[in-house]
Amino acid sequence: MAIIRDMIPTFDLFQPTDIGEALRLLDEHDGAWVLAGGLDSLDWFKDRIKRPETVVELTGVADLAGIREGEDGGLEIGAMTTLAEVARSKLIRGRFPVLAQSAAEVATPQIRNQGTLGGNLIQDTRCWYYRGGWPCYRAGGNICYAGTPKSMNREHAVIGQNRCVAVNGSDTAGALMALDAWMVIHSADKEREIAAADFFLGPDIDIERMTVLEPGELLTAVRIPGNWAGTRQYWEKVRDRQSWDWALASVAAAFDESDGLIRGARIVVNGVAPTPVRIGAVEEFVSGRTADDDTGLVAGELAIRGFRPLRHNDFKLPLTRNLVRRAVRGGALAGAAE
Amino acid sequence: MALIGQNIIPPDLVAKVTGRAKFAEDFRAEGMVFAKLLLSPMPHGRVRRVDARRALAMPGVLGILRADEVPRANAPGEQALTDEPKYVGEPILAVAAVDETTAADAIEAIEIDIEPLPFAVDPLDSLRAGGPDARLDGNTIRFGENGREVVSMKWPAEVFRAAEAEGRLPMGEPTDEWEMGDLDAAMGEADFVVEDTLIHQSLTHHPMEPRSSMAYWENGKCHLFGSTQSTGRAHGALAGQLDLDPENLVFVGQYCGGGFGSKITGSPVYLVTALLARKINRPVMLRINRYEENYIGRGRPGFQAWTRMGFRGDGKITGIDLYIVQDHGPYGRSGDYFTASLVTHLMYQPDAMRFRGITVYTNTPPRAAQRAPGGAQIVAMLEPLIDKAARELGLDRVEVRRMNLPGHDSTFGPARNRTTSTFAREALDIGAEKFDWEEKKALSGRRRGTKVTGVGVGVSPYVGGSSGFDGLLLLRPDGKLHIHQGIGNLGTHSFADTGRAAADVLGLDWEDCAVVWGDSAQHLPYSSVQAGSQTTHAHTRANHAAGLDMKRKLQEVAADTLGGAANTYTVAGGRISGSGGAMTFAQAARRAIAMGGEYSGEVLPDDINDVTRRSAEALAGNGLMGVARDNFSHEGQTWSWVIGFATVEVDTETGAVEILEYTGSADCGVVVHPRSLAAQIHGGAVQGFGQARSQKWVFDPTWGAPFAHRLYTARPPGILDVPSSMDWVAVGEPDPQTPVGAKGIGEPPVGAGSAAVTSAVADALGGRCLCRIPLTTDVVLAELEGRPPPHQLTEIHS
Repeated sequence: MAIIRDMIPTFDLFQPTDIGEALRLLDEHDGAWVLAGGLDSLDWFKDRIKRPETVVELTGVADLAGIREGEDGGLEIGAMTTLAEVARSKLIRGRFPVLAQSAAEVATPQIRNQGTLGGNLIQDTRCWYYRGGWPCYRAGGNICYAGTPKSMNREHAVIGQNRCVAVNGSDTAGALMALDAWMVIHSADKEREIAAADFFLGPDIDIERMTVLEPGELLTAVRIPGNWAGTRQYWEKVRDRQSWDWALASVAAAFDESDGLIRGARIVVNGVAPTPVRIGAVEEFVSGRTADDDTGLVAGELAIRGFRPLRHNDFKLPLTRNLVRRAVRGGALAGAAE
Repeated sequence: MALIGQNIIPPDLVAKVTGRAKFAEDFRAEGMVFAKLLLSPMPHGRVRRVDARRALAMPGVLGILRADEVPRANAPGEQALTDEPKYVGEPILAVAAVDETTAADAIEAIEIDIEPLPFAVDPLDSLRAGGPDARLDGNTIRFGENGREVVSMKWPAEVFRAAEAEGRLPMGEPTDEWEMGDLDAAMGEADFVVEDTLIHQSLTHHPMEPRSSMAYWENGKCHLFGSTQSTGRAHGALAGQLDLDPENLVFVGQYCGGGFGSKITGSPVYLVTALLARKINRPVMLRINRYEENYIGRGRPGFQAWTRMGFRGDGKITGIDLYIVQDHGPYGRSGDYFTASLVTHLMYQPDAMRFRGITVYTNTPPRAAQRAPGGAQIVAMLEPLIDKAARELGLDRVEVRRMNLPGHDSTFGPARNRTTSTFAREALDIGAEKFDWEEKKALSGRRRGTKVTGVGVGVSPYVGGSSGFDGLLLLRPDGKLHIHQGIGNLGTHSFADTGRAAADVLGLDWEDCAVVWGDSAQHLPYSSVQAGSQTTHAHTRANHAAGLDMKRKLQEVAADTLGGAANTYTVAGGRISGSGGAMTFAQAARRAIAMGGEYSGEVLPDDINDVTRRSAEALAGNGLMGVARDNFSHEGQTWSWVIGFATVEVDTETGAVEILEYTGSADCGVVVHPRSLAAQIHGGAVQGFGQARSQKWVFDPTWGAPFAHRLYTARPPGILDVPSSMDWVAVGEPDPQTPVGAKGIGEPPVGAGSAAVTSAVADALGGRCLCRIPLTTDVVLAELEGRPPPHQLTEIHS
């Protein structure tokens, strides 16, 4: 069969207006594809690599969007809330700036207006072999094209490789993991909440999925507890160009500080592994220390322990190390001007 | 007041900003159907079998066009469709159907069997003994006994072994070489020598508008709607390729959403549309999407190069030894590498120079001219080396450039060419002043937290004009001057701007002029291709010539009507006034129709091109005609210059580069349109920023497969990669070899932007030239961290 790209094939489109109807449609139609902002989905459709017969579009489900205050000083954010809304929300910027900042650096203004928080979280990886329709492990095959000594893998994983070396491309995922967020998941017959840290799947657990979402399940909301509200938070993303680009590496962090010392921390890096990576060793190390460059220096070195670069992505080691260092000390511009 | 030098609102602006402008994809015709292409999935292969029965049996499918139905191309030329695809993405066949989805579904239903053939994506792989050739007939093209011939060249293993041992580019037998002066002696006089292997990527043009086209046939006449840089020349080329008399092809290309050299005379794929429309006898629209545009939309050739440059203690360049391996793609012959050698010699004026080069066919998409072909690559590669020497010798970097730049009397290249004018030093000086080089250079190496400042300067010359084309004007009986332009409208305003040369001769207000362009049925004159920055120069001249012709005729018409000698009549403000009284242009136009002969275009000059003649004959009798060939003297080559200045900050912890400010300073002769000039200097610089920083192609060497085939993976710059502070200035001195004094300026801004950034980044790194473009985050960070480079020395598609 010859290949055609950039041309969406036909499918049956359903546009439910409430969550129940959406879940019922997903339950009734095996293999139904959930369409939110479409930034990930339409790329797949256009390339005819994923070609569902049924698509359930959530734009009309008003209950899935919006930002609500939680009882504990936290927030609940509907999965269909646009990234632009997340980025500009005063509530989010006030309590959880790391999330607002990460959303603000996704792609472009147009994409942030269209793209949703839920879509950003569950987006598929951008490994260009996989996205190009190559029959790799992740696509159900039995080879990884990106992991060979001659592969073009500058943007691939430096840790967590397990047959597959693709990376998680979500900017908001790291932020939510750093905030100990919970993913609220509904299906036709049940509701469950999963910690962000358990939501993302590496290839060691399931090589064909990026998250725990099962067919028929819907990520309806993200619940952020209040315990990190108002703490010092840090977000930084490094990319080749300043718009419409995924992270070469990013860091999302939250620090509970008092009396000049870090009392607790969450430090998550992304763009370096098939899932966002929470670095417990660093969190442990920085606890009880001052948030300065000396601490950051060691923290950075600890962060990349076990990192194994591929042919073209050794740079992700110093990059990740330095991003963690900056997160700990609180910025890019530490040190006086010379 | 003369119109040349004033800002105007070009006549296409309102249509563009209101969406009324019709680009090729916007046209519709009754009964129009859609076509889709089947693209090659492999880098090199031979189509053994195509079974389209299932596709053709699908409801709504109307027909198929195969490679044997399109004009054959002689090697190393490119066919519109092929049964021996030489790159992933090459069109093999096309299918038409009642709608685009059906056409796409039909493509998918085609069973195709392709025999894989050996392929090469890296030129050096192909040059190794036993290495693959990208073409069945060879891997390079050289000048032989029978002219240019495709041959297979392999370098001995020793060439590669030696290069590996010395950590430099392998350099075997070249296909092209020239030498001037005594290189050994010149190097012997050098107090400092730089030697480096330099890599420059290939990158796609990616114009905003992909090359969609629509065609239909009526009574043997083909109507073709496409996107082109040069309407008239595209018409001629396409008529030739379709084997049609020019009057049997109507070509419409009124708006062009960018070309950058990729749409100089249309595109091979337009033949598919036209021939499929003829075959199925229905209007056919072939929309090209971004994915397809990446493949068939052309690219800039990459360079794997090596140089050795000698400097005297005062900064004077004594000798240059330059070797370039050019990554060519599978078709044609791009002269970038050779042009690069001429640019090098022109801008550095060494006492002696040797150039050796070879262009190597690869199974990557076809290359074509891209804004300053050859020039934009080489200046961005070499300028940081000038900085390296200046730093080593303790000299000011602008001073070193000034010392080596040519003047009006300088020659360049093995043919010892002369330029028509060279105000490069002036451009350097006023640019340095505008940028405040003296102040800014003190910022070099300044630390702000983790960020370090770099200040750069990049010199970029390029050819800026041709001559010998025709101007065609018609003064209508309503007194309106119709300026017929065969050049295209690719967004540069020159289709309108150059017409003002005619209006100025006639002393007309711009409101009294109408530009006629973009449609071959509108009777267009013979024009330059809108490429190589020819247009401003060529068509201010041609319109000036036609204006003078019309002015003479107006005087003679007035004298004939009112009495007195023709030369006593003055022409201005829409009136011809003299001893016998005055008459309006409208009256003169009506009178010219009555007089006939040359006045109304019934009699035409002998020396105009047949294209112009046909158009003039069609317009004859409709007003007073001004028509003339540009016979003004043009001695020497016309070159323009842009000197770019940039300040960057490099984050030493992330490798991120931010361009903080940019100033471009031009020598382009008389400034025709200041606002448009600014757009060229700035827009070209932005393209250069992408070239220097982020944009590239990536190929997997094992499979010959491309990856950076989307905008987001190819990474042209976005607006956030552009500094908020951008400035420009121009020398404005007229070129003495053209009557209006204007030179073209489309090409050199790209290299200036790119070289200013590569120079500034090297400066921020303490004078270390990374000698690899683009300077992506990984490249910069690996250097800062002292880690192994992320790309092998000569790797060009990683």
